[in-house]
Amino acid sequence: MNLLANKRIAANLAGLGQITLLARDALSSLFRLKVAWRDLLYQIYFIGVKSQLVVLVTGAFTGMVLGAQTYFQFHKVKMDTATLAVVSVSLCDELGPVLTALMVAGRVGAAIAAEIGTMRVTEQIDALRTLATHPVDYLVVPRIAAGHIALPILTIESISIGIASSYFVGVYLLGIDPVYSWYNMLHFTHDIDVVIGVVKGFVYGGIVALIGCYKGMNCGLGAEGVGRATTEAVVFSSISILITNFFLTLLLGKLVGQL
Amino acid sequence: MIEVRDLQKSFGAQKVLDGVSFRIERGESVAIIGRSGCGKSVLLKHIIGLMKPDGGDVLIEGENIVPMNERQLLRVRQKFGMVFQGAALFDSMTVAENVAFALRHNRKMSEAEISKRVAHALDVVDLPGTENRNPAELSGGMRKRVGLARAIIYEPQIILYDEPTTGLDPIVSDSIDHLMLRVRDHLQATSVVVTHDMRSARRVGNHVIMLHKGKVHANGPPEQIFNSTDPIVRQFIDGVADAKVEFQ
Repeated sequence: MNLLANKRIAANLAGLGQITLLARDALSSLFRLKVAWRDLLYQIYFIGVKSQLVVLVTGAFTGMVLGAQTYFQFHKVKMDTATLAVVSVSLCDELGPVLTALMVAGRVGAAIAAEIGTMRVTEQIDALRTLATHPVDYLVVPRIAAGHIALPILTIESISIGIASSYFVGVYLLGIDPVYSWYNMLHFTHDIDVVIGVVKGFVYGGIVALIGCYKGMNCGLGAEGVGRATTEAVVFSSISILITNFFLTLLLGKLVGQL
Repeated sequence: MIEVRDLQKSFGAQKVLDGVSFRIERGESVAIIGRSGCGKSVLLKHIIGLMKPDGGDVLIEGENIVPMNERQLLRVRQKFGMVFQGAALFDSMTVAENVAFALRHNRKMSEAEISKRVAHALDVVDLPGTENRNPAELSGGMRKRVGLARAIIYEPQIILYDEPTTGLDPIVSDSIDHLMLRVRDHLQATSVVVTHDMRSARRVGNHVIMLHKGKVHANGPPEQIFNSTDPIVRQFIDGVADAKVEFQ
């Protein structure tokens, strides 16, 4: 039992080491400007443009539910017009970046792991290497860079549509005063809240792409290996996002003086 | 040109290469034969640095590639072209994009020049006019030919073939053999062909190496190997499943 646990811990630590080395390789490749620019553009399209629908739907319904729930509680203490402010700050600081990243992890992290994993089992990655092309330059860097670029934009979109949806639900369905709601939202939402959302989106974009690439490049052989890599990419990305979010919240809170 | 010294590789408890040593001179065409699972493809992957050995050295033009990292290996690999058993074409690209890959990524060349070279390479492998087709639309033989075109377009000094005729019918296999000979003569390249197709080995190799139990069991010109009286070599060449010869 102990031996099994030790093996498991050792394997997990080895995985952490390997993913760190992959991140270092990707960073050094980025600094050498060994980036396949055409692929970077395609990946921005794939990660960013094609994820919009799922991100917008998530943002809209999260905003609506959050608005309704907040209103139900605040209405009891006659604080109806603070509803939108709570929604706005929550979406900017936490829910916007985290839910966007989780949705992108499900869609993009899985796709990256499956694509690179299939390339690995069909020897396409070996073929790349024989053609004197570094797989990190060609496959990993465009995806990580695209994740870093696309996620903050998707996060902003998600936050915006979340606030707008909450506004419509609050004002047109629940009858909250629109002017005070809007005023309170602007009063309690600061620039730094938006910056926190963007920074988190930037970090999570890299996490999703890096874990997807790592799982794909290290997947087991055969269809089963690709399937497992795909599942693990989503699970590990999601867990990493949630854990990172806690520490990032503490760190950013410290930096902006909220702690 | 290529020197392998005491190469060792294990996967878990299974020792695949157990002290393999040989030398291949410039311009030679070498066939590596042996039973399935005897380590032929693993050996080929060590020659181009796709795998790291547990022990031993691989020297390419006198330069030991074993201690090199992936980036240092990229320079050495520009001397190589490799044709994979399953062709390993990039399935997200057309035939032309596959063939042009090395020119686009590692060499500064105009699009017009690249198109011209792609058309020529496809012509050499008897696939003219297939530039815009997808790999999924091609037959096994056609995919191998596209893989060959991709490997020769930048005129490498060494071409590695990993079971180029496996899974193909005898007529297509014959055409691939002819192509390998044509490429060898055209580029004056060193060829290393891993195969268990005896006809192909006899035709393409001017030197044959037989692997058995992770070691070089026989090494010499084709006539010497194919006329050998060694029971293991004989059994493999004749393709006889004989219980009297222990072949584990």
